[in-house]
Amino acid sequence: MTEKIVLPSQPGKPSDVERIKSESNYLRGTLEETMQNPLSSGIPDDDNRLMKFHGSYLQDDRDLRNERQKQKLEPAYQFMARVRTPGGAATPAQWLVMDEMGRKYGNGSLKLTTRQAFQVHGILKWNMKKYMQEIHEALLDCIAACGDVNRNVMCNVNPNQSQLHEEVYTWSVKLSEHLLPKTQAYHELWLDGEKVYDGQEKEVEPMYGALYLPRKFKIGIAIPPSNDIDVFSQDIGFIAIVENNKLIGFNVAVGGGMGMTHGDTATYPQLGRLVGYIPKERLLETAEKILTIQRDYGNRSVRKNARFKYTIDARGLDWFKEELHQRLGWELEETRKYSFNRTGDEFGWIKGEDGKWHFTLFIQNGRVRDFEDYQLMTGLREIAKVHTGLFRLTPNQNLLIADVAPQKKRVIDALLKKYKITDGAHYSALRRNSIACVSLPTCGLAMAEAERYLPTLITKIDSILEEFGLLETEIGIRMSGCPNGCSRAAMGEIGFIGKGPGKYNLYLGGDFTGQRLNKIYRENIGEEEILAILRPIFERYAKEREEQEHFGDFVIRQGYVEAVTDGRYFHS
Amino acid sequence: MTLQVLNSPFNEEQVKQLNVLLPTLNDYQKIWLTGYLSIAPAAGVAVLEEPAASIEEEVKSIATEPQSATILYGSQTGNAQALAEKLGAKLAEAGVDVTVASMSAFKTNQLKKLTNLFIVTSTHGEGTPPDNAIQFHEFLYGKRAPKLEHLQFSVLALGDSSYEFFCKTGADFDEQLEKLGAQRIAPRVDCDLDYDALAAQWFEDVKKAIVANDAQAALSQVNTATKEVGGSEYSKKNPFYAEVLEKINLNGRGSNKVTYHLELSLEGSGLTYAPGDSIGILPENDEQLVGILIEALGFQQTEVVTVEQQSLTLAEALQKKLEITVLSKPLLQKIQNYTVNPDFAALVQDNYKWKDYVYGRDLLDVVQNYGPFSWNAQQFVELLRKIPARLYSIASSQAANEDEAHLTIGKVSYETDGRGRQGVCSGQIAERIEIGQKLPIYIHSNPNFKLPQDDATAIIMIGAGTGIAPFRSFIEERAAREAEGKSWLFFGDQHFVTDYLYQTDWQGWIKDGALTNLTTAFSRDGDQKIYVQHRLQEHAKELYEWIEQGAIIYVCGDEKAMAADVDKMIHAIVAEQGGKSAEQAAEYVSSLKQQQRYQRDVY
Repeated sequence: MTEKIVLPSQPGKPSDVERIKSESNYLRGTLEETMQNPLSSGIPDDDNRLMKFHGSYLQDDRDLRNERQKQKLEPAYQFMARVRTPGGAATPAQWLVMDEMGRKYGNGSLKLTTRQAFQVHGILKWNMKKYMQEIHEALLDCIAACGDVNRNVMCNVNPNQSQLHEEVYTWSVKLSEHLLPKTQAYHELWLDGEKVYDGQEKEVEPMYGALYLPRKFKIGIAIPPSNDIDVFSQDIGFIAIVENNKLIGFNVAVGGGMGMTHGDTATYPQLGRLVGYIPKERLLETAEKILTIQRDYGNRSVRKNARFKYTIDARGLDWFKEELHQRLGWELEETRKYSFNRTGDEFGWIKGEDGKWHFTLFIQNGRVRDFEDYQLMTGLREIAKVHTGLFRLTPNQNLLIADVAPQKKRVIDALLKKYKITDGAHYSALRRNSIACVSLPTCGLAMAEAERYLPTLITKIDSILEEFGLLETEIGIRMSGCPNGCSRAAMGEIGFIGKGPGKYNLYLGGDFTGQRLNKIYRENIGEEEILAILRPIFERYAKEREEQEHFGDFVIRQGYVEAVTDGRYFHS
Repeated sequence: MTLQVLNSPFNEEQVKQLNVLLPTLNDYQKIWLTGYLSIAPAAGVAVLEEPAASIEEEVKSIATEPQSATILYGSQTGNAQALAEKLGAKLAEAGVDVTVASMSAFKTNQLKKLTNLFIVTSTHGEGTPPDNAIQFHEFLYGKRAPKLEHLQFSVLALGDSSYEFFCKTGADFDEQLEKLGAQRIAPRVDCDLDYDALAAQWFEDVKKAIVANDAQAALSQVNTATKEVGGSEYSKKNPFYAEVLEKINLNGRGSNKVTYHLELSLEGSGLTYAPGDSIGILPENDEQLVGILIEALGFQQTEVVTVEQQSLTLAEALQKKLEITVLSKPLLQKIQNYTVNPDFAALVQDNYKWKDYVYGRDLLDVVQNYGPFSWNAQQFVELLRKIPARLYSIASSQAANEDEAHLTIGKVSYETDGRGRQGVCSGQIAERIEIGQKLPIYIHSNPNFKLPQDDATAIIMIGAGTGIAPFRSFIEERAAREAEGKSWLFFGDQHFVTDYLYQTDWQGWIKDGALTNLTTAFSRDGDQKIYVQHRLQEHAKELYEWIEQGAIIYVCGDEKAMAADVDKMIHAIVAEQGGKSAEQAAEYVSSLKQQQRYQRDVY
């Protein structure tokens, strides 16, 4: 484990969250008591901060907030609980448990997140412990799915390079395990684990320390040519380097991140910067040392400037490399060659090198539920009952029914047909390449709709695209309800970030392969303006695009916006 | 100012009772009482000598031995008590030496010494006596009941004819007193919800029976000049039209229930109330239902009928004056005179059948199912009783809302035979009354459901559903008074998320200390149904400590669905925590009742 490095104290008063962490006795706080307090279905703010480290937090149904206030009822409090699934992998048994959780404790649905995790929304306080215990039975947990720690580790869901993918996926699991907090608080609070009093004498969190990280921390591994995990949006992005069809190591990119604050140009989305190459055996060590640099240097005073990207931008990449080399005791090699061709998923059946079949199905915005005319949740449940391979949640909120043995393919296929489960082929390529965060009504940060609105907006944009013959042209479109950026909207070829009810900032010029940020094109506009503004651009794109030219490249070439390859120039 | 043993000529028990009574009096009542007490010596108690000396002598010379009478009441909501007191005043005016008391406060060993006993009692839903009559009722029916040949008596029974056991408790007393040998000096009168006229008649009967000569009666004329003025300008007979300031459904989306919080303006009315009091609403029937009924009857909406010497259209009479939504045995029997339908005769005769039929059905059902009828519009309306007022516990404190009264009204709605039906008043509130409109109301005081005078006294409040209403008034009042006493609310309903009535109010009062403990029971949130009595059990030890330390217990809500189980649980807790036998526990609880430390407002 890491040697202790004594650092000069940081300027500025530690943020309130730092105090909460320091007083929490390794993430316990008063949660045991407040989760049982029957007077309110909520918990106090301080405990809610800690709750995040347990993969969950308190929300309320914002649609009902004003109405309930008038009714003399407290907000419709409910918990969101995110399940950590490195690389988005879940066995059919685990799928069935999550399906049951969504229906029994949640709002009757599952959300597949942009970080390949399961989210269940709408869990009442009294059911949280049962939820945690029941997923535990299925070998699932929520540890560190949120909070100032390393989050769910993402991994490409490459369905055809089977062996290579399996090896990279295994590394993502190892990374996830290696970077987990070690406190027993989770087991005590939720699983009735024996109480361990984490005293000073014992090193409870040898890697994180008692204050954990200054802010959330995200890691993902890409396998070129797919950049489905948006490797440059991660705090640490690893790019698998393959030689002779064998994994040899990873390129390392650091300091990516999406979040910003409206009106504060000192905050910005940023792309990860490549700093070198490491042999695969050094993956865990490298990740850990990078994480400790952020632990020691990240801003603990102002949370909106606390992400790793600001730590690096404040000191420069050279400083970072030197610090890393010093901590590692060896130097990274030169970055190896790689090439990406897309961030989106490819749908339908694909046969892997090992002869097994994989079906990627389209799930609009990752929402699995039974719709009036589309029994998606039921269909997937029926498939999970007979499936013997794995499910893989994609970074684009879609789902892969993976590792279907050839003799099983017909059974799965029949169920897909029976429930009309779609690969999205009948949708526009725009819709197939869309991502929206949850936003309203549950997300406390949301300023405008996302998941509930993007589908209808796309329908309206589709009719413009149809007019110009662009329905089958792949364009990435992403919408976030706030600038926190869960949908990675700042990288979309078309990006929308919520400003207020019905109002969005429109960003253009993101890269289809995820190697460029977009840039603001119009501020604070509603649907009518959105459609009016996009229409002539599409018209021109249809007429004037070059062969294979993606929409994001086109708008830059035509001067609608400037290309942004460094977040520090995102606002300029 | 609070009376004490030291600053008044009364003993401890009297002080206690006076202190309960005096603060509840309005100005008129105080003035009346002063006059009443000043004339009391004429009835034989030599307290004051001065006033009306000449008349007193005259009375004495004629009626050498003044009559004495004891009036006992069994009262749940205060109606019987009010009538008993009214009779007491009337007899006292007539020179009778009167004692008015609750049955629970009456010492049964005094029975042998009485000459005249008048009983005013209500009846509970299932034909059981009201709380403060239970023991006396048991005593008269028990082995220890004495022979009462020396006793003259009469009974005034209050009830609601829509219940099967209409006026049963009154009938019980009437029958048992006779069995014990007592002489009935005036026939029992059974009153329906609209009891004023019948009660007044009974008063006269009783008075005539014991006041032997006119001289005593003449005396009463002298001192009753202010009698009919009325305590407040507004009363049940002259309701105040209160504007609806706010109307909110307290149940969140997805609830099985609809419970309205109504804020009424009392501005300019001069109406006053204390926590525990109710408001009576004079409701109207649903215009639409009236229309359908008239059509089914084959009458015209505009036909003129006479109701209470007043001419009005049939539609108006059925909408505003007469009850059309409740069926009772007496009503069915009256209707039978107008139909030859053999099925109807069979229905009325079969005890099982008619009970089953009247449940959830109304007049329209009868008209549609059992015609043809031979009545005309006037005959029809004469079958019907007046729409009774609906009483709702007030959910606010006047100390905190000077010109307002808040009500908590659960909407009653159900379906029978494929037709949706609604409670008359709750349906009107829910569907037909909007903010800005006015409702005819009056204050109905409930002396049997009152906060302790002493703010340091701990209170335990147990309620389910709309039974929470008076407790909001209690806590709001205690918060305004900055009362120091501890308080504990037990509240039950179906679902935490949607049915936690006044949730943010309680949370606020818990936070600022006006409410000490809050324990909730939501019956449909878990696998097992948890009700308030289960929560009482969970807190048995602490509850018993509170009771031992002098806490007052209040129960409000549905008798069948809650109060009966809560009562059982309170007995069980007392037995278990106090190491008492069932009998000892029962004694303990009944002594709580006698001390007014176990008060119920159940329906």
